[in-house]
Amino acid sequence: MKTVILKTASNYLLPLLLLFSFFILLRGHYLPGGGFVGGLIAAIAFVLHAFANGLENTKQLLRIHPGFLMPVGLALALFSGFSPIIFSDLPFMTGIWFPEPLSVVGMVGSALFFDIGVYLVVVGVSLTIIFTITESA
Amino acid sequence: MIQHLVLYPILIQVFLAVVLLFCWRRVHLQKVISVVGSFLSLGIAIWLFINTWNQGTLTIQAGNWEAPFGISFVSDTFAATLVLLTAISGLAVSVFSVGTILPARLKFGYLPIFHFLLLGLNGAFLTGDIFNLYVWFEVIIISSFVLITLGGEKAQLEGALKYFTLNIFASMIFLTAVAVLYGLTGSLNMADLSIKVAAIENRGLVEVTAILFLIGFGIKSALFPLYFWLPASYHTPPPAVSAIFGGLLTKVGVYALIRVFTLIFVGDVFLENVILTIAGLTLISGAIGALVQNNIVKIFSYLIICHIGYVILGLGLASELAIAGAIFYLIHDIIVKTNLFMISGLIYRIKGTFSIRDLGGLYAKYPLLSLLMVIPFFSLVGIPPLSGFWPKLALITESFKVDNYWLIAAVLFATFITFYLIAKIWSEVFWKEGKILPKLHNFRYFEKLKLEKKIQIVGPIVFLALVSLYIGFCAENIQQLALRVAKELLNNQHYIQAVLGNQL
Repeated sequence: MKTVILKTASNYLLPLLLLFSFFILLRGHYLPGGGFVGGLIAAIAFVLHAFANGLENTKQLLRIHPGFLMPVGLALALFSGFSPIIFSDLPFMTGIWFPEPLSVVGMVGSALFFDIGVYLVVVGVSLTIIFTITESA
Repeated sequence: MIQHLVLYPILIQVFLAVVLLFCWRRVHLQKVISVVGSFLSLGIAIWLFINTWNQGTLTIQAGNWEAPFGISFVSDTFAATLVLLTAISGLAVSVFSVGTILPARLKFGYLPIFHFLLLGLNGAFLTGDIFNLYVWFEVIIISSFVLITLGGEKAQLEGALKYFTLNIFASMIFLTAVAVLYGLTGSLNMADLSIKVAAIENRGLVEVTAILFLIGFGIKSALFPLYFWLPASYHTPPPAVSAIFGGLLTKVGVYALIRVFTLIFVGDVFLENVILTIAGLTLISGAIGALVQNNIVKIFSYLIICHIGYVILGLGLASELAIAGAIFYLIHDIIVKTNLFMISGLIYRIKGTFSIRDLGGLYAKYPLLSLLMVIPFFSLVGIPPLSGFWPKLALITESFKVDNYWLIAAVLFATFITFYLIAKIWSEVFWKEGKILPKLHNFRYFEKLKLEKKIQIVGPIVFLALVSLYIGFCAENIQQLALRVAKELLNNQHYIQAVLGNQL
């Protein structure tokens, strides 16, 4: 699908979609959204880029193999579970929060890091699957 | 530290899986981590077991949300025993996998997925929340599906398709049952459900829900008449995978059945009769199925089905001694079945075939190894004083007490057929003069392997055979454990108190 329109549009859509995926990720604590949906949107951004510019270019853009995001995300999620034990001696996976909200992000707590972990795993898994299928096709 | 003990068996497996994923390309490092990690998780399982034994039921509320609103993790004697057995089998299969799984499979993440499977098993045993149990079942299914297809041979994919379809179907039924139960009671915590279900007026609806659970778990634990997926799929993956599947996967279904039918749906005469009938038919049909097979792995697959019948029989009889018998059998069965599938892998390494007709002459060539293999074979039949004998004694005694003679007939029939099959395997595979088989190309026969590989293959078999011998010769300890589990299961007040604490 090498059309000029898609190619031009995808260059602008990639940052926009990534920004939107972060927005969805941060929105997720009290409103619909979260790491899973955000991760899917981020994956779509890269898939769109791959459709327009070819898989090789997208891989160059990503620099790391998307599969590497899976263990990173899992480790982050696991760490967020341990954080209450380390920082405030509360049981595993208890939510701990900073008292003051940050300006853009909102409330920051261990649950946010869990969600970021989910986000990374979802991006990693979906991109690995789609890239593998594209390569073998 | 100690307050999180209940979670450690789960956390160590996640941790191992994540570390293994980071070492994606370094297969040799993965092997070391997996084996060392399995030793660690055995240590943790023993620690958990000792603490549970000394202090009674341990609980933890994940995320500090109080029960029944959050997810509880509970380690009573039953759960702790199964976690310990998982760790023992897990260690054996981990070493065996390192010795037998082809590098091509290891490169595509065999070991991380293996530890995800153990994670699912430990989670399913320790959770105290019925929806969380469903989630652990999903973890188990997804990782087992990867393990069964990894390698992508044609036979494997065919087996995997049957395996996956029926297990997903079972999960759907299980999920539906959970939904109905939630609709009835508004709770998912098993201890809370136990109280609320007992108070429901509409017993018909409760019975229907119970039957849904029975079907869902029945498919997973391969009960009559829903077992056809098991012999169609278990012989297709490599023996190490079959070993963990045969030893533990169907047993999770059995665990869930025992948990649900001793905690939530208690004392229903209709249900007990249904379970007893299914148990008898499972015993008979599994045994008959095994009779006509020629592939040793398929024989063992049918024997899994057959022997699940014993455990379910104990659950159906629902007296203290019968449940103790069932638990004893479960303990014995996990160890022996894991070992049998590993032995079939060893036989395959030696001869290059699974077919009984072609095999032979093993005793003449490897007398010591053959004697080693005798232990799990004869334990399986239950020749006293080996481990299979004691639980059958309890089950038959209890069946006599309720004057249910056709059940006794079914138990004896299944035992007799097992005996016949083991005798057949013994005479065909070990005593019969072996045919000269055509040499397979690109196949590393056992005799040509390096000593290190040989130890990795035979070591786990010796280890599990020793555990089997312990179960047989120190049957008193195991019986004491089984009786304590049975007592706890029948007096579920204890479990409820431990989870819900002071709210009662």
